[in-house]
Amino acid sequence: MIVVRLFLWVVLAPLLPGLINKVKAWVAGRQGPPVLQLYYDIIRLWQKGVVLSTLASPAFVLAPAVAWVAIAGAAFLVPFGPAGAGLSFHGDVLLMIYLLALARFCTAWAALETGSAFEGMGAAREVSYAVLAEAAMFAAMLSLAVQTGSVSLAAMLSPSPGAGTALLAAGLFIVLLAENCRVPFDDPNTHLELTMIHEAMVLDHSGPPLAVILHGASMKLLLFAVLLTAAVLPLGSLQPLAAAGALAGGVLVVTIGAGVAESFLARFSFRRVPLLLTMAFLLCLFSLLVAWKGGAA
Amino acid sequence: MIPALNLLIGLAMGLNLVALGSSRLPSLIRTVATQGIALGLMPLILEGSDLDWRIILVALATVAGKGFVIPGLLKRAMRAANIEREIQPFIGLVPSLLLGAGGTIAAVALAGALPLLPEHAGSLLVPGALASVLTGFILLIGRAKAISQVCGYLILENGIYLFGLLLIKATPLLVEAGVLLDLTVGVFVLGIIIDRIQRAFDSLDTRKLTALHE
Repeated sequence: MIVVRLFLWVVLAPLLPGLINKVKAWVAGRQGPPVLQLYYDIIRLWQKGVVLSTLASPAFVLAPAVAWVAIAGAAFLVPFGPAGAGLSFHGDVLLMIYLLALARFCTAWAALETGSAFEGMGAAREVSYAVLAEAAMFAAMLSLAVQTGSVSLAAMLSPSPGAGTALLAAGLFIVLLAENCRVPFDDPNTHLELTMIHEAMVLDHSGPPLAVILHGASMKLLLFAVLLTAAVLPLGSLQPLAAAGALAGGVLVVTIGAGVAESFLARFSFRRVPLLLTMAFLLCLFSLLVAWKGGAA
Repeated sequence: MIPALNLLIGLAMGLNLVALGSSRLPSLIRTVATQGIALGLMPLILEGSDLDWRIILVALATVAGKGFVIPGLLKRAMRAANIEREIQPFIGLVPSLLLGAGGTIAAVALAGALPLLPEHAGSLLVPGALASVLTGFILLIGRAKAISQVCGYLILENGIYLFGLLLIKATPLLVEAGVLLDLTVGVFVLGIIIDRIQRAFDSLDTRKLTALHE
């Protein structure tokens, strides 16, 4: 069963970026790349060789692998609808947040290994946005914990949502866009050096490490989509089959929402990004307030 | 009745934060107008069981005044002055947002400690009123453009109006109408003053009003 869960995460994850690209292409009236494009890319990259910078230490190859394992571990802790979490214990939500932070640290570390100025810039941007996005994430998880009186993800995500759900959903959606470097925080398609964040960090990676980074990013997107859906929908009170359907539908809605947001929004200037992330933090903070007040009343 | 009312007040409190976070004047004015409409609908919900013609009149007048007439006047002033955004506020957008959020949380906490009537204990009327007054203050002292300051004044007044809703049965219609008329005239006068400032100084930046001219 554990293998099946991990398999689900690993195999389904690259679907989401493909779906987002399809939605964007559809809105723009193009045909767009096939939904399975990321699978082809990963397979192609896996067969290629690695180009190493003369400055790079072994960490250049090691860090993406550690990042992938950390994200997979974090995903393993998140209950995947009726399939349940691979591992569940008291306080696993903290481990999930720290594993995501570890993954980010490793990506930034690998970016700095190349000694390229652009990668350093990308890493600096990624980490400085992450400070704000993580605050929002902590506030969201705290509000779920207060609402359910539990610090285990399985118990936090299963019951029917409280009064502050709309706030929580809006806040988590902004966090999803920021954490996965989507528009309006970062444009995954751009290769203009001065505006990239995530792309700037992975610019000098090639071959299997790049494939691992791409797959890890898609898995992170799936993780946030599942987290958002499970936080909003009362999956625990449904029949297993209905819950699976609801989870799939929710993830699809989140993905299409991200695609639509990407089609209609322009990237924000760097100075406006902290404002939006502060808003996400406040949305989550107010849902925490609602959960706390609602619990007291 | 209380959940629907709380939803509207929550919306008004959210709009407070939107007002604090928006740098474009048209969106600021739109936010204030939406808040005015939400406030105008509240008497109808509050007295949903026995609707009086006076209450309907108050609601209609409030929606028309706060939602359409005053924003219309402000938009005219903005067009005449030909400015679109608040470029350099005294208090930046992120700090003012955080201040507003802190104020809102403090208002909720404070209202819990106040000795309220039992029928008002569960509602968000008092915290909403306090939070709106605080937001109005932040906008008034934190923004450099005169139109933003007028919007701050309007949000401040919205907070006072929320307090007034606690006593809606006891307040005569004449007082309500008088307050609304005062407000409209006030904004009208402010519109004229803004026009004057614009003509005399070629800018609506209140920082320039600190130096004397010939």
